[in-house]
Amino acid sequence: MILLLRLYWEFFKTGLFAVGGGLATLPFLSQMADKTGWFTQGQLMDMVAVSESTPGPIGINTATYVGFTTSGVPGALAATLGLVSPSILIILVIASFLKAFRSNRFVEGVFRCLRPASTGLIAASGLSVAAITFYTAAPEGLLAGIQWKAVVLAAVLVLATRVIPQTKKLHPVVWIALSALAGIVFSFARV
Amino acid sequence: MKNVKILTDLFLTFMQVGGLTFGGGYAMLPILQREVVEKRDWATDEELADYFAVGQCTPGIIAVNTATFVGQKQAGILGGIVATLGVVAPSLVIISILTGFINTFAELAVVKNAFAGIRVCVCVLIFNAVCKLWKGSVKSKLALAIFAVVTLGSLFFDLSPVLFVVVAAVLGIGLEQFAPAARKSTKEGEV
Repeated sequence: MILLLRLYWEFFKTGLFAVGGGLATLPFLSQMADKTGWFTQGQLMDMVAVSESTPGPIGINTATYVGFTTSGVPGALAATLGLVSPSILIILVIASFLKAFRSNRFVEGVFRCLRPASTGLIAASGLSVAAITFYTAAPEGLLAGIQWKAVVLAAVLVLATRVIPQTKKLHPVVWIALSALAGIVFSFARV
Repeated sequence: MKNVKILTDLFLTFMQVGGLTFGGGYAMLPILQREVVEKRDWATDEELADYFAVGQCTPGIIAVNTATFVGQKQAGILGGIVATLGVVAPSLVIISILTGFINTFAELAVVKNAFAGIRVCVCVLIFNAVCKLWKGSVKSKLALAIFAVVTLGSLFFDLSPVLFVVVAAVLGIGLEQFAPAARKSTKEGEV
């Protein structure tokens, strides 16, 4: 019961401060992993992959995943409800003066500073997961720690999702599936 | 009894929206347009655009914020809550089932290899998301400075993301109050 309340509360905070949707919850979840030990940074990456490959908003999917991993279906419910509670409260309040809210100069001012901050938080989470993905500390020296297979796959994916016009528009689930296949064929897991 | 009908309708419609969208955020817009604007006439295209704009600059998941808006407009507070529960219901069910599977088979070599490959893909997806967000959020020197400070600060110091969000919001209000000139330079292209 205490655990469920804590799940609700941690996700309530995430829902309250994660602005912008999509991956905006990632930095909060990353900190949650360090703070609570409910899941690892590696598991968080798996959650993002599963959330991107299944229907539903990414934030909700990751909350359900964390909640379920921590304490089954009740956990999934507690985490998801925690995440949506602040939104419901805030939107119900704003709905009554939507027009005034949209044109308020302070609201505009706040979001001019919040957007780059939110982007920076996601970038930082991305960089810290990239560090674990592409590098493992090795006794032989700096270069020996680089995960070359991962680097090559990432380069291919960047080309496919950002450069080649024919493949740019494909859904991320395609790349996730192909990466899984590459991982199996070239045994990506570290022993 | 009319109320029960509209609440059921709201729940089922938003359940469809949640179950048919991969990725959330803007991916949801075409489905919302079809279900909410064209089929049911619950909102106009302009209102939907307003909801999205507000959803992006208020805390929480954009899909949830939009559901709350539409539900509230149709059937008051209860409507807002019911629509929101509808949009998260598919995620709860699908992710709970999947997570159960994944956690059961997590130790198999093939699953480990697959997820090791997928993690590389997630890094690339995060990178792509940051590039996309960058275009909409980093449009001035000030925004660039905020982005840099937040990225480095969050990467190298053990600080809560909440702190960065709150400081950025306060900075936005302060600038608007004391240096409104700053906003002229960033005004173009504002969402």
